[in-house]
Amino acid sequence: MLSARPVFRFVSQITAIRRSDIRFASTLVIAEHDDTKLNSITLNTITAASKLGDVSVLVAGANAKKIAEQVTKVEHVKRVLVAQDEKLKAQLPELLTNVVLASQNQFKFNAIVAGASAFGRSLIPRVAAKLDVSPLSDVIEIHSEDTFSRPMYAGNAISKVKSTAPIKMITFRSTAFPPAKLEGGSGAAEDGISSSYHILTPSSDLSFDKVKFVGQELTKSSRPELNSAKVVVSGGRGVGSAENFKIIYDLADKLNAGVGASRAAVDAGYVPNDMQVGQTGKIVAPELYIAIGISGAIQHIAGMKDSKVIVAINKDADAPIFQVVFISHPLLLK
Amino acid sequence: MLRSGLVGVKRVIDYAVKVRVRPDGKGVIKENVQHSMNPFDEIALEEAVRLKEKKLLQQVIALSIGTAKSQEVLRTALAKGADKAILVEVDNETAERIEPLHVAKIMQHVVSNEAIDVVLVGKQAIDDDSCQTGQLLSGLLDWPIATFVSNIQQADGNMFNITREIDGGLEMLTMKCPMIVTADLRLNEPRYATLPNIMKAKKKPLQKLKLSDLGIDFSYQTQILQVSEPPKRKAGTFVEDVQSLIMKLKESGLVMSK
Repeated sequence: MLSARPVFRFVSQITAIRRSDIRFASTLVIAEHDDTKLNSITLNTITAASKLGDVSVLVAGANAKKIAEQVTKVEHVKRVLVAQDEKLKAQLPELLTNVVLASQNQFKFNAIVAGASAFGRSLIPRVAAKLDVSPLSDVIEIHSEDTFSRPMYAGNAISKVKSTAPIKMITFRSTAFPPAKLEGGSGAAEDGISSSYHILTPSSDLSFDKVKFVGQELTKSSRPELNSAKVVVSGGRGVGSAENFKIIYDLADKLNAGVGASRAAVDAGYVPNDMQVGQTGKIVAPELYIAIGISGAIQHIAGMKDSKVIVAINKDADAPIFQVVFISHPLLLK
Repeated sequence: MLRSGLVGVKRVIDYAVKVRVRPDGKGVIKENVQHSMNPFDEIALEEAVRLKEKKLLQQVIALSIGTAKSQEVLRTALAKGADKAILVEVDNETAERIEPLHVAKIMQHVVSNEAIDVVLVGKQAIDDDSCQTGQLLSGLLDWPIATFVSNIQQADGNMFNITREIDGGLEMLTMKCPMIVTADLRLNEPRYATLPNIMKAKKKPLQKLKLSDLGIDFSYQTQILQVSEPPKRKAGTFVEDVQSLIMKLKESGLVMSK
């Protein structure tokens, strides 16, 4: 008897790009994208995944085929799985979990990974539970196929762990791995995805209906993305007001920098939440990080201490921020 | 009205403590160090209590898994408005090794024994920074989940409007109970436990369970090989004025001269 629940069929396509070079170990990267372009964190994740074995990338979404074409050109990528369906538009973890499980059933990957973003952190553990696997979050170093390092206690301790999980389910910290190159990958050398599409995964259950996507309110900004900016200028409580943050934006524009903030600046309403840098906000590691009016609480330091050069501008010469900076200037901010 | 809300609360080293790595590399120093309720769990608990105060929830059950000392955080939870508490007591060694997957399985067990319609947990514990338990539980129960939640409003009956914090801004969902929510910092401002409520909390029920009572597969999948200090940064320098700051940055090639 057929199940009463509607089983939605979606098109899943695969292209094997360089069959001659297939190693035993294989890794599935879950691509992160906004349905028009690939999120740069996926490129960092592909670099990390390439250290574990052959890289396959799953692109799921309403416009997945378009994104997949970008992905085939990325270095290290051996094959791309595409799950395109209107229901996958918002990429809700409840639906994506079933797509990932269907892919896993078919290809038996040794590892399933994503970037340690809001997206990856929401998805990977849900899939892991279905596979009865203990996941590893926010991995910053790969020692071997089963041994990894990850930070704990807001980055104040680094834990080296060995995973005996049958499938390694990992989120990678993007700033710990360089981005894979967008061009010149093995995919580009072949005819490309359009000529070698063929359907491999027949169906996946997209009937989960207990959650509905309503909408998004995204912070619009022409400045570089915080996670991948080469220079970041951050303001804290010391900036004093939302109006004063204009000084921060002006400086950032001169330096072509991303703008970040401390929790205090967010809580005071100077800037939106998604600009928060820290243990529970974004983790950044730019070439240059300029902290203005930020005292440097443990939780903030956790999000920026891997920056190459840190400059602090603070009128309190005893502020903890000065313990991690390279250059500092005690400046009175009014 | 929804039935019970289950809130996971973890006893962790207090957020203001600068942790030190043990010389033997087996973990961090926990003896004689201030512990408290994980800040995100306080927020999850506060939200559950507020749902109860709005008469959307019948009762709030606080659950902790840890050594006998975790009773402290459960008493705090009771003082802040939880109706009853469950402690799954484990020995020191187990407490060190327990994985989020085990915690999720224990929570699944409690969900199957109590009439739970909503599970609230913090988005992550500030000790292991895993950010997994709520999501793992959602997979085990096949319930919908909203992670990093900053707002919960009842829409209609057991439907809720949820706002999540995502990388680029906010995301809005509607979800149907039973559901799981992981609390972000912006969800609410937790209350303080008042002295009368702390006294009353001593009389509220605190049930103790042992792992052996639960019949859960407890095999470990993650082995901690070594815990070490992060690399230390070289000491910095102070500059006198803005000109010399810019000069120094230009010298190091971080800022282009125009």
